[in-house]
Amino acid sequence: MLAFILRRLLQSIAVLLTVGLVAFALFRYVGDPINAMVGQDTSMEERETLREKLGLNDPAPIQFLVFIGNAARGKFGLSYRTSEPVGRMILERVPATLELSICAALFALLVGVPMGVYTGLYPRHWLSQLFQAVSLIGISLPTFLIGILLILIFAVWLRLLPSFGRGETVDLGWWTTNFLTWKGIQALILPSITLGLFQLTLLMRLVRSEMLEVMRTDYIKFARARGLTNRAINFGHALKNTLVPVITVAGLQLGAIIAFAIVTETVFAWPGVGQLFIQSVQFADIPVMAAYLLLIGLLFVLINLTVDLLYFAVDPRLRGQGMARPAGH
Amino acid sequence: MAAPSNNPPLLEVKNLRVEFPTRRGTLLAVDDVSFDIAPGEVLGVVGESGAGKSLTGNAIIGLLEPPGRIAGGEVRLEGRRIDDLPYEEMRKVRGAKIGAIFQDPLTSLNPLYSVGRQLVETIQTHLPLSAGQARTRALDLLKEVGIPAAESRIDHYPHQFSGGMRQRVVIALALCADPRLIVADEPTTALDVSIQAQIIALLKRLCREHKTAVMLVTHDMGVIAETADRVAVMYAGRIVEIGPVRDVVKHAKHPYTKGLMGSIPSLGIRHDRLTQIDGAMPRLTEIPPGCAFNPRCTERGRRCLGERPDLMAAGATRAACWLHERGGVGTAVTKELADA
Amino acid sequence: MAVVVADWLKRAADSDIWWSFKSSPLTIAATAVTLLIVALAFLSPVLAPHTPFDPATLSLSDGLRPPALLSADGDWTYPLGTDEQGRDVLSSIMYGTRLSLVVGLASVVVAMLLGITLGLVSGYFGGTIDAVIMRIADVQLTFPAILVALLIDGIVRSVISVKRHDEIALFVIVGAIGLSFWVQYARTVRGSVMVEKNKEYVQAARVIGLSPPLIMVRHVLPNVTGPVLVIATINLGLAIITEATLSFLGVGLPPTEPSLGTLIRLGNEVLQSGDWWITVFPGVTLAALVLAVNLLGDWLRDALNPKLR
Repeated sequence: MLAFILRRLLQSIAVLLTVGLVAFALFRYVGDPINAMVGQDTSMEERETLREKLGLNDPAPIQFLVFIGNAARGKFGLSYRTSEPVGRMILERVPATLELSICAALFALLVGVPMGVYTGLYPRHWLSQLFQAVSLIGISLPTFLIGILLILIFAVWLRLLPSFGRGETVDLGWWTTNFLTWKGIQALILPSITLGLFQLTLLMRLVRSEMLEVMRTDYIKFARARGLTNRAINFGHALKNTLVPVITVAGLQLGAIIAFAIVTETVFAWPGVGQLFIQSVQFADIPVMAAYLLLIGLLFVLINLTVDLLYFAVDPRLRGQGMARPAGH
Repeated sequence: MAAPSNNPPLLEVKNLRVEFPTRRGTLLAVDDVSFDIAPGEVLGVVGESGAGKSLTGNAIIGLLEPPGRIAGGEVRLEGRRIDDLPYEEMRKVRGAKIGAIFQDPLTSLNPLYSVGRQLVETIQTHLPLSAGQARTRALDLLKEVGIPAAESRIDHYPHQFSGGMRQRVVIALALCADPRLIVADEPTTALDVSIQAQIIALLKRLCREHKTAVMLVTHDMGVIAETADRVAVMYAGRIVEIGPVRDVVKHAKHPYTKGLMGSIPSLGIRHDRLTQIDGAMPRLTEIPPGCAFNPRCTERGRRCLGERPDLMAAGATRAACWLHERGGVGTAVTKELADA
Repeated sequence: MAVVVADWLKRAADSDIWWSFKSSPLTIAATAVTLLIVALAFLSPVLAPHTPFDPATLSLSDGLRPPALLSADGDWTYPLGTDEQGRDVLSSIMYGTRLSLVVGLASVVVAMLLGITLGLVSGYFGGTIDAVIMRIADVQLTFPAILVALLIDGIVRSVISVKRHDEIALFVIVGAIGLSFWVQYARTVRGSVMVEKNKEYVQAARVIGLSPPLIMVRHVLPNVTGPVLVIATINLGLAIITEATLSFLGVGLPPTEPSLGTLIRLGNEVLQSGDWWITVFPGVTLAALVLAVNLLGDWLRDALNPKLR
């Protein structure tokens, strides 16, 4: 088990280094840090001195190490667009994105999994067929379109919910939160549904097909032959066996949610990291793009590691690795 | 060992028919099958794959996989009809009155739960025992099926057991509530040859001790000869011969059974050479009129092409073959086949 | 390639595929919708009632007319209404759909060619080349395609000027989406090559001196046409969505050359005032197109691989 985790840790570091390399290449070679710092009228000599001072003439591997070292301390230089420190710009916006993503993920999980279980257990019931049809539409509607339709219905026509911004937030010093005011919570509703809907349909379809798959296995048939109750079979045996793939995909989807927050934040003018990223793409603001890339890479790696650890909790076959060999006859 | 004949039968199967609706029409996979099993008796059911033997077993335990369904006939256990019970009623019969053992012990157990948990949950489903009592019974069962160091093994997971050991666990699971009948569907097919004999011996011993009847479904005539009291031979969805195992092995009456016996090297019967049956069992969509076996039969006559024989007395067994009826098979139709 | 496809179609007609098509009303409906949208889109220069992006034909006095059914005078000059600059929404949709389809199809072709090539190379040569390609695939797969496409677009923007970017926006988008969807093809093809390359007939082909590229194209490709076609159909819906999303985010096709996504973005800017038709009709068209294509993809997957559901 330790070997497995170590191997996964090494893989994660490799992924992070690759992402770091891309970010570094972006930062150093696509954007020109000097141009960003000095005015048009700076002479070539002055630029060269600055270049030397910043270490931009050092061998590439050293520059890379310096870049990674700075990144680890949250230093990504100045934004080309606003000339603010990139690290602070991002940090200010992290709470907005994380709160939105977590709400969306919970919505997808708490609604999608039960729907999937139901449609998997009773595939021929009319409600299941309805869920299936809705999910197909949900998977075909782009996120931004869902957001626009929700705004049109609930904000423009019915005037029930706000259509942009975070509403009221409470500043806790190191974190700003939506959860402590009614207006903040209201502001979360539409964006969370928008962001979570696609993942919800995806999870539902996955749980459904896994459930159908598991219900066909020999051990479920044998559980029936043992006369176990339907409840024990459906929820004790079948559901638990669908968990492993569901955890994998749910983990990946959490990553996707954070990435797709870009779209939702744009639709709802949500002041999060994704909105910042879109602005940086539009203005070719390389330091922000590089920093965002690293941040997302780190998040994804952390999520994947968590998923790996969850496997151990669910599947005894992994837990046993290395220590218990099958005994002889 | 001899079949107890005077007791009322434990299981009665009468004119059982199992259908599969498909795109190209309905297939009759089990066609008018009837047999009894007496308490404590071991009935072997033998045949090639696709002959309908496993489906017969599944129909009895009420676990036909859709779209398969019982289309006719009845199944009675201890005189009570069970083929038309609602799901919940039949669930209470399964495990409690009829245990089941499937072919592949590697996939029969839920990989995510310890064997102890799976035993305890089965015991508690059928018997009014506390968790502690159920665990004690689970331990006893594991010991009985020959799991060494049962006290420590009870909390192990299926993947920590070898194939043979897992089949022992499966047998323990089938025995949890002391059922009157066990339907064992190819219980040794997936195991190493060296393990097969052990499992068969174990099954035989347990059933004798518990006075449990067994319906042993297999394609392995050797296993049947060693274990069963009576044997039913199935071909293309029908029973073609049924009788005491000694008689069927030594004095088979149906040409198919004869061919089957002739093809087995290990029965201790002298053969100058092993024979084989030409051709293959027809698909369910292509069963010929008359006797289903007629295209492969070396003794077929006119009558076999047009009329389908039912089981009829033939010496010590009953066989579905016109050879054993006064009229006979009629004029022989193929010289070449008969000479071969 | 054409021969391969023709051969595959012939086999398909013999198999159960045609039967499965005929017996699924949903699939037939999806095909009809797809064909209808494609026909309307590609015939837009002929069929569209207006040429919405020719400034000469526009007059601001026609601006913000509601759809004909809802307008007081029931004016059928603009069946689906007009936007704030007086452009006919129906015509905009027809031209926009054409652009969305072109970008979607082109980027699927780019992804397919790239993926198949890398998959063939990776599987056939193995070793370091294989390891490098597959590790890149792994890392890229960790990130959602939209993010990869955004990143590529951002990089291109910083290399060339913004004005120049608008001129070649179409190619940038096709390239960005193509580059973000190649992994699935590469993995499928690689897997198949690994299986096939040790088979005797490939060895034999090598012995009689056929060159490796020829062997791969002739013997290995036909085996993966089915799966690749399924991935392509399913990815077509995704590619159309991705293009629409990029355009909606303002980093895709410019307003001078609007796709469905761009139209939705432009409409969204005036949504708060209640002029819903400018956004909703392109949105519905986009959703219908993607839904129909997805249904076809699902059906194709099931028909070619009955074991999967």
